[in-house]
Amino acid sequence: MERLEIMGIFGSKEFPGTGSFPHGIHPPGNKFYSAGAQVEVITVPDKVVLPLLQHIGAPCEPVVKPRQTVACGEMVGEGQAFVSASLHTPVAGKVKKIGVVTLPNGRHLPAIEIKTEGEQQPCNELWEEMTSTDWSLSTIPDYSPDEIARLIHAAGIVGLGGAAFPTHVKVMPNDKRLIDSLLVNGCECEPYLTCDYRLMKEAPHAIVAGALLAGRAVSAKEIFICIEDNKPEAIEALELATRNTVVQVAVVRTKYPQGSEKQLVKAVLNLDVPLGGLPSDVGVALSNVGTMAAVARAVIKKGPLTHRIVSVTGGGIVTPKNIFTPIGISMGELIDFCGGLTEDAARIIAGGPMMGFAFSDLTTPVTKGTSGITILTHAETASGEETACVRCGRCVEACPMNLVPTRLAMAARYKNTALARQYNINACFECGSCTYVCPANIKLVQLIRTGKAQVAAAMKR
Amino acid sequence: MSNLSETAEKVAQGPTLNVAPSPHVADTSFTTRRMMTDVLIGLTPLVAMSVFMFRWLAVQQIAVCVVACLASEAVFVSMRGKKITLNDCSAAVTGLILALSLPATAPWYVGCLASVVAMGIGKIIFGGLGMNIFNPAMVGRAFVMIAFASLMGAGAYENPASAIDAISQATPLTALKGSGISTSIFNLFFGFTNGSLGETSALAALIGGIFLCIRRTASWEIPVGVIACVALLAGLADLSAGANGHLLLHHLFGGALLFGAFFIATDPVSSPLTPRGKFIFGAGVGAFIMIIRLFSGYPEGVMFAILLMNAVTPLINRWTIPRPMGDA
Repeated sequence: MERLEIMGIFGSKEFPGTGSFPHGIHPPGNKFYSAGAQVEVITVPDKVVLPLLQHIGAPCEPVVKPRQTVACGEMVGEGQAFVSASLHTPVAGKVKKIGVVTLPNGRHLPAIEIKTEGEQQPCNELWEEMTSTDWSLSTIPDYSPDEIARLIHAAGIVGLGGAAFPTHVKVMPNDKRLIDSLLVNGCECEPYLTCDYRLMKEAPHAIVAGALLAGRAVSAKEIFICIEDNKPEAIEALELATRNTVVQVAVVRTKYPQGSEKQLVKAVLNLDVPLGGLPSDVGVALSNVGTMAAVARAVIKKGPLTHRIVSVTGGGIVTPKNIFTPIGISMGELIDFCGGLTEDAARIIAGGPMMGFAFSDLTTPVTKGTSGITILTHAETASGEETACVRCGRCVEACPMNLVPTRLAMAARYKNTALARQYNINACFECGSCTYVCPANIKLVQLIRTGKAQVAAAMKR
Repeated sequence: MSNLSETAEKVAQGPTLNVAPSPHVADTSFTTRRMMTDVLIGLTPLVAMSVFMFRWLAVQQIAVCVVACLASEAVFVSMRGKKITLNDCSAAVTGLILALSLPATAPWYVGCLASVVAMGIGKIIFGGLGMNIFNPAMVGRAFVMIAFASLMGAGAYENPASAIDAISQATPLTALKGSGISTSIFNLFFGFTNGSLGETSALAALIGGIFLCIRRTASWEIPVGVIACVALLAGLADLSAGANGHLLLHHLFGGALLFGAFFIATDPVSSPLTPRGKFIFGAGVGAFIMIIRLFSGYPEGVMFAILLMNAVTPLINRWTIPRPMGDA
């Protein structure tokens, strides 16, 4: 019944693409762990640790000193470079020290530690504000594009989908690259993760308000919220919330990596982002649904980005949950909030299992780009011994960029940078589809990463 | 805070937590071994048909080749000082395909020698599974075809004194080429004819082959390329010979064409990587088969056609580097 309705929606699609892209894979979604878990609000933690680089670009500079008292939402780090984002504290308290922290991606960074003190803004107030239906869409035309971009910059918003690109750079009005379409990415194609799904279901009005604001900032002619067809309830919620607005819901096929920007542009708009180029080269801006909700709050409520939803999920956690949490809280506290690890927990991953980073230090803080913590069991991570490549070509069939992963991996193994470049190694965006399908268990994408580093080193020489 | 330290403690104690680069999950349903067992399953209709047609001779030939292939793989691999990898089933696949490509009457030492050459020179010498340029079974067969010309040539198939019916006649393609006698399409399709063990039944090859294509163990582009090209060239030959369609079907169902197209040409190791490359490879195999069948002294050309195209595979790979998405 539900299935039929979805097909009905898909059938009535009104976007130029086919809703899909060539190749790709279908790993088990495993969203069932946390998809049904309503967003829960965690209590204010005893302390937060805020790394000074939580985005792509230059680190921000600390603007507070040890022992200084800070209020909720106060700026503690300022992004001075163009591609940089400011940092705000989610708690009121006292700055303890500026120490160092290692993030799951391996970066070793200075971080501001703040001990919670005094009166706090409870997290549930913020969450209620987010889920309210009153986002006064009628006031949106009052904001000028420049003002929207300025407020986004002031709020320190970065992409919440995982890559964490500073959002003000994307929405900055630009005469050279005109934007026709804004795609709001609600695909969440990574297995296990459900934070975007829950946000779409529980706070669709904030997303729509943010999409309208961002669309206005970039002067987009059309705005699509893109959702995979395995999320019927999110589609329904957004269909309702977008009623009487210019925002359209684009239902796309469930496939990995559907949420990758080039693949999504192909699926929805049938445009090819040039090799080595950006979506803006074909007049498209993309942003994640969570980012749009943050934009709505930044512009309409003038609140900085201090909280986000994190999915804690997988077979290795006692009670999988979606948690509205202050940025800077430790991963361990979220795991404890979900009842802790199960006996057979084997690997803790920041993000999803396809592109996330495994880590073991549970004091690691949640950053703006932390979409989830996936805890896999031994059975879920099971992968056999590596055997010989039989050149079956399954990696070629899986690659969403139409590359030849086995050749790229071989080039990396034999340090043949000329071969790697002949086979376009730099077009790989490391989605991991090739490694996922390889029947010989060859770590293709891992080798390709090595190969990219070799090519970069050879170019420098 | 106390809770945090509890979990942290557990993590510190537990030897079971591990880290590794992404992706952290893999498709475990499809492994190299699974591919090889798929081929063995796909070959069962052919094996059944060969036993039905050639009885004890078929059982003997298959046993000799499989055992000899497994043994020679083990010996050669250990001579190279590597770990023995019989459990990937690739040697068993080579043995079975080799056996099915031999005539029923070939003596045991022919199968045995073919196996040794197939594994030694066809495969291990290049570095083992995945590194060989040529299909090992076809290398082994090519060797015995030349070394034991009289035991392997067209004449070897005919044994008027045999107790088994099929072996008393010439193979359909030899009969067609040598004497212009054509076998009934019914017999050709179902396999009630003489020939190498696995090549007689077009139906059995189709059943097993389609299974492999559905499982995506074999790439459909290769058999489609072979069959399309053979159909085209045999169709042209048919037109020039009276156009009754009989010759066309004869070439499609006769000899090792379907067996070769579905089971031998689709060997992933010695065929190209990309779908386009696979189709070109298949079409090349088909073209060589028809050139040999129509113009050479041999009635059949599947083995040579596949070996020739194996040699062209690296070039095809180079010609068919796919254009990455967004490349103008």
